[in-house]
Amino acid sequence: MSLQSLDIVSRSATTTPSPSVRTTLEIAKLIDVSSCIGCKACQTACMEWNDVQEEVGQNAGSFDNPKDLSDKSWTVMKFYEVEPAGKLEWLIRKDGCMHCTDPGCLKACPAPGAIVQYANGIVDFQSEHCIGCGYCVAGCPFDIPRISKQDSKAYKCTLCSDRVAVGMEPACVKSCPTGAISFGSKEDVRQHAEQRVTDLKSRGFQNAGLYDPQGVGGTHVMYVLQHADRPELVALPKDPAISPLVSVWKGLTKPLALLAIGAAALGSFFHYIKVGRNEAEKPEVTDKVET
Amino acid sequence: MTQVERYRARERINHWAIALCFVLLALSGLALFHPSLFFLTHLLGGGVWTRILHPFIGVLMFALFAALALRLWHANWITALDRQWLKQWQDVLAGRKERLPDAGRFNGGQKLLFWVMAGSMLILLLTGIGLWRPYFAPLLPITLVRWAALLHSAAAVVLILGIVVHVYAAFWVKGTLDAMLGGKVSAAWARKHHRAWYQSLQDRQP
Repeated sequence: MSLQSLDIVSRSATTTPSPSVRTTLEIAKLIDVSSCIGCKACQTACMEWNDVQEEVGQNAGSFDNPKDLSDKSWTVMKFYEVEPAGKLEWLIRKDGCMHCTDPGCLKACPAPGAIVQYANGIVDFQSEHCIGCGYCVAGCPFDIPRISKQDSKAYKCTLCSDRVAVGMEPACVKSCPTGAISFGSKEDVRQHAEQRVTDLKSRGFQNAGLYDPQGVGGTHVMYVLQHADRPELVALPKDPAISPLVSVWKGLTKPLALLAIGAAALGSFFHYIKVGRNEAEKPEVTDKVET
Repeated sequence: MTQVERYRARERINHWAIALCFVLLALSGLALFHPSLFFLTHLLGGGVWTRILHPFIGVLMFALFAALALRLWHANWITALDRQWLKQWQDVLAGRKERLPDAGRFNGGQKLLFWVMAGSMLILLLTGIGLWRPYFAPLLPITLVRWAALLHSAAAVVLILGIVVHVYAAFWVKGTLDAMLGGKVSAAWARKHHRAWYQSLQDRQP
């Protein structure tokens, strides 16, 4: 059994239920885009705690550094200069895994146990079981998993499952100097978010709100957005859901295909039983049997 | 008993090379398709080896099939007689050969299967390239990769169903397996199952 505080409730490519008797607290991380100053302490803390360090690269013409998520950069601050109400706003969003309640990566993964979901809501990659097929990339509605060029394994934010297991908050939360990232039970975090939204509304952001998209069953990383009606301003999908292509591929086709192949094989067998061998030469009949 | 040549050694070797590739591909593909069949990844040495080897075997099978198809596509052109043959599928299944139009070198069912195989293998090749990691999938937009995944599975199921029918037909019609193993069939076999072809062979005799 895994660490008991990390009971697994869902496991990739597994058709039977996981142990689900114990219940545990559902956790969540809240990222308040309106309080972020873009200092990148969270990025640094992530690299340090998880022992991953990207090669020094090239400046891509913005503050985004590195330019995108990678196998070694599990979180990246993304900077957006937008004018939603004719007024320039500089929005900074910490990008990374959303830890969906209904994770597309886990649904798409063909390797048993390579992706697991803990009872507390964290979706984690067990990289030693990963076969490098990249189906998780196709399954994810948020474009998060990255396949490493070094070892062909998939990587993404673990929500510091190892820290959470022993009662600590994720490294990014610990390092945030403005309190823009908070962590706790999903219930508590939602309440905190409500306060933030009320505060933002009183400051003139009428469309401020919580980003906890229900198309993926809600997430365990949520955002407070100044413009929750237009999440695309910070490159978040408006109504994210697992692509219907992935749902059909991983849902309907699996039982249908096996059924069809089984039926063809069985049908053939019983056809033989019914019709018998199809022979070109009739064996010579020597004895006549009166009927 | 007189015998006639049906497949040359080159065609037989080509056919069985495709068959071996197909078995490896179908089993390793099903292993990644359905969790209940994941144990089949052991055939190619585990999950990672399955991911690595499956596409290369796939390209090999396509090339081998293309070589055979180039020799046989003309003989598999579907004619009005073949369409009539296919329409009488109930007579085919019941083994009522006498009611069916005379078949040429290949009958309507074999020809249909040929084109099903050609079509599904082409789809499998193109979508397979779209799914191929680490080489090609990272270069494509994600929607295309998702379509590739779905179509690859669908085409694979069609191909597997086609091969189930193909294998069973070869088992049911006695003498057929010998044609692909040793290359020869009896005159009686040719007369019964491919009368028009047999006739054309007779006509060619001096």
